[in-house]
Amino acid sequence: MSAPIVKLVAQRIALGILLLLAVSVLIFAGTQILPGDVAQAILGQSATPESLANLREQLGLNQPAYIRYFHWLGGVLTGDLGTAMSSGQDIATSIKERLWNTLFLAFWAAIVAIPLAVTLGLIAVRYRNGWVDKLISGVALASTSFPEFFIGYLLVFYFAVQHQWFPAISTVYEGMSFGERLQAIALPAAALTLVVLAHMMRMTRAAILNVMQSAYVETAELKGLSAFAVIRKHAFPNAIAPIINVVMLNLAYLVVGVVVVEVIFVYPGMGQYLVDHVTKRDVPVVQAVGLIFAAVYISLNIIADIAAIVANPRLRHPK
Amino acid sequence: MSNELDYLSRRVASGKLSRRDFLGRAAALGVSATFANSLLSSAARAAGPVKGGTLKAGLVGGESTNSLDPALMMTQVPFAFGKCWGEMIVELSPDGKLENRIAEEIGASDDAKTWTLKIRDGVEFHNGKTVTAEDVAATLERHSDEKSKSGALGYMKGIETIKASGKEVVLTLKEPNADLPYLLSDYHLIVQPNGGKDKPDAGIGAGPYKVKVNEPGVRHVGERFANYWQGDKMGHADQIEVVVINDATARTAALQGGQVNMINRVEPKIVDLIKRVPGVTIRNHSGPGHYVFIMHCNTAPFDNNDLRMALKLAINREEMLNKVLRGYGSLGNDFPINASYPLFTEIEQRKYDPDKAKFHYKKSGHDGSILLRTSDVAFPGAVDAAQLYQQSAAKAGIKLEIKREPGDGYWNEVWNKQPFCASYWGGRSTQDQMYSTAYLSSADWNDTRFKRPDFDKMVLAARAELDEAKRKQMYHDMAVMVRDEGGLILPMFNQFIDATGPKVAGWVEDPHQELCNGYALAKCWLEA
Repeated sequence: MSAPIVKLVAQRIALGILLLLAVSVLIFAGTQILPGDVAQAILGQSATPESLANLREQLGLNQPAYIRYFHWLGGVLTGDLGTAMSSGQDIATSIKERLWNTLFLAFWAAIVAIPLAVTLGLIAVRYRNGWVDKLISGVALASTSFPEFFIGYLLVFYFAVQHQWFPAISTVYEGMSFGERLQAIALPAAALTLVVLAHMMRMTRAAILNVMQSAYVETAELKGLSAFAVIRKHAFPNAIAPIINVVMLNLAYLVVGVVVVEVIFVYPGMGQYLVDHVTKRDVPVVQAVGLIFAAVYISLNIIADIAAIVANPRLRHPK
Repeated sequence: MSNELDYLSRRVASGKLSRRDFLGRAAALGVSATFANSLLSSAARAAGPVKGGTLKAGLVGGESTNSLDPALMMTQVPFAFGKCWGEMIVELSPDGKLENRIAEEIGASDDAKTWTLKIRDGVEFHNGKTVTAEDVAATLERHSDEKSKSGALGYMKGIETIKASGKEVVLTLKEPNADLPYLLSDYHLIVQPNGGKDKPDAGIGAGPYKVKVNEPGVRHVGERFANYWQGDKMGHADQIEVVVINDATARTAALQGGQVNMINRVEPKIVDLIKRVPGVTIRNHSGPGHYVFIMHCNTAPFDNNDLRMALKLAINREEMLNKVLRGYGSLGNDFPINASYPLFTEIEQRKYDPDKAKFHYKKSGHDGSILLRTSDVAFPGAVDAAQLYQQSAAKAGIKLEIKREPGDGYWNEVWNKQPFCASYWGGRSTQDQMYSTAYLSSADWNDTRFKRPDFDKMVLAARAELDEAKRKQMYHDMAVMVRDEGGLILPMFNQFIDATGPKVAGWVEDPHQELCNGYALAKCWLEA
């Protein structure tokens, strides 16, 4: 790899870290302006002014916000996310398993969705404006337009209640074999696939169609290459940057945006964990989860940027 | 019951006839499927429980913030799982009486101030140790301590001293209380080794199941405890499992798909659909829970009893019961007690009467609209209920203005703060508990601001009275007072609506809480 590329990548990463710091400030500020404070949330209906004051003292809520921020940031940087206020458990340990579950589901949804979307996009380009193209686009757009809970319920109704091929609930736990896990996540993974499919498919189609207008594609066609070979060898590599971008965006969605699907399928992932703690005003957990989500988002975007740079000679060799 | 049906159901119970054949023949005899199913389950009960298998429940009411510490139990999942691994000192039996568990005998002094619990022999904890009087005393001590943050703290504070000697625990109370045994049946008071003082969330109790897996908010698994002291009555399945399913549709789907054998909180609006699913049985039972609209008796305009009476008469209870609860409940009568409480007496039912309401409204001299706050979380259907109320009140010339509040923060910002809002109560096990929690002048949760020294005196007098007939009369008088002068508008008592899948037998109707008072997993079994 040449020097300018390393510099570009380094720049991106530095920017990402800076962005993450800015996000951490936002998260911290956001959790401070939530109505009601933690002490009140913990004591609930039984709160008396005295017990509130005691608990605030105990939790350090009386210190100024910026001191608490640096205190918290210091902890995060050393891997200490603190303890959950509602249950007293170590946040890092509880999050680890949840995060693993979320990544597991996202991974399998992506494994199915990305090749499927790209292939469907290629097929749509090959038969552009014909009935195949219209069918693919129509179905994919329809599945994206439905709210994800609706798709989830449809899958449950058909595959779990009517035919009982897959379980209706996707509880996964330690001691489950790999096959059992896969069977458990089949329906949520299918729902997620349907949700993210159209975006990636349409982008693939549009990006490749764009390239198809170029002179070198015409040349390739005149050489006598088959339609698929033209797309695969000449059009696709030049259209890869926008495709990677949209794939990364959808990957990020698969990790951070699946709360609804998790609830419907009772999947023990990060989303449910976050919601439980938001309702309890368990600020340390909310902050930690928020930061992890931000980190996932930012790093996937950095990867997309870097991949786009590497894939594009003009960016690779700037004048 | 016809002889033939009786014979057939016994054949099914003994495995000589399939369930499907039985239902077919019952239909031929002109018997409805529901009735035939109920015959089957009573026949199965008579045939005795079947041991073995795994019984699974899909329940709403669990979060990743739950803990196994009994003091901190609040929601349905820890409650139901607690009844599986924990054993109580005393429990309410399904017929409303007291059932001695770890306490073999409970005796009171004549003034109801000193109570003696005799501890049963041969009850064993999961760690192999025998349950002693010291363990029981330590349990009660821990729940009386402010630091435990126990949900039972409110009434445990009424105990002055706790002493264990030999096989007995002696409690002296600050004030006489004839209801003490009922208070000890509170679900938080699970007996733990050394009262759980060493490790409150260890999950070691003396119940029919040992805690095997505890993943808060996800699932809880229990394994049969071989040395359970009442193994013939409870703990039939080899393993029990609670899966947390907070989404109502997912819960129903899991039952239909066969992933779980029972679920709680079926929504009234879908009960009729679920009923038609083959193999599924709806288990509904009325309990002490109720849905309410509460007025602060000390805040204008609700400080006027005529206005309060007008609002009580302007609500159409029957319509609300039919439309909001689809009939799965019973009519309320503006006092928080119904037949599920001991010592209950009937009082004439208050009816919707727009003319009388108009009369009282005029007499109160109030003019202009009245603001009623409601929210989805106040109770299921609370927003619809408020709109029905608005319409029925309009016919009496009373203008209600409805304000829909966000669910988040409703219990902090609206309930017990605003003068007129929708809410719910889960009920308590005795009348004294209910009145002490929400109707004594000094109660923190007096959400109707009903502050009447004469009423307070009646509560304390009834609490100390050991003569049942006299107590019954006292509770009657208190109920009339709350009904006619209080700030409570109670249109309906709700029912618990659970559902079970195929082959689940041994279900016991229990008026105290959902899922057979939490014992469904321990008491039910799977038919072979």
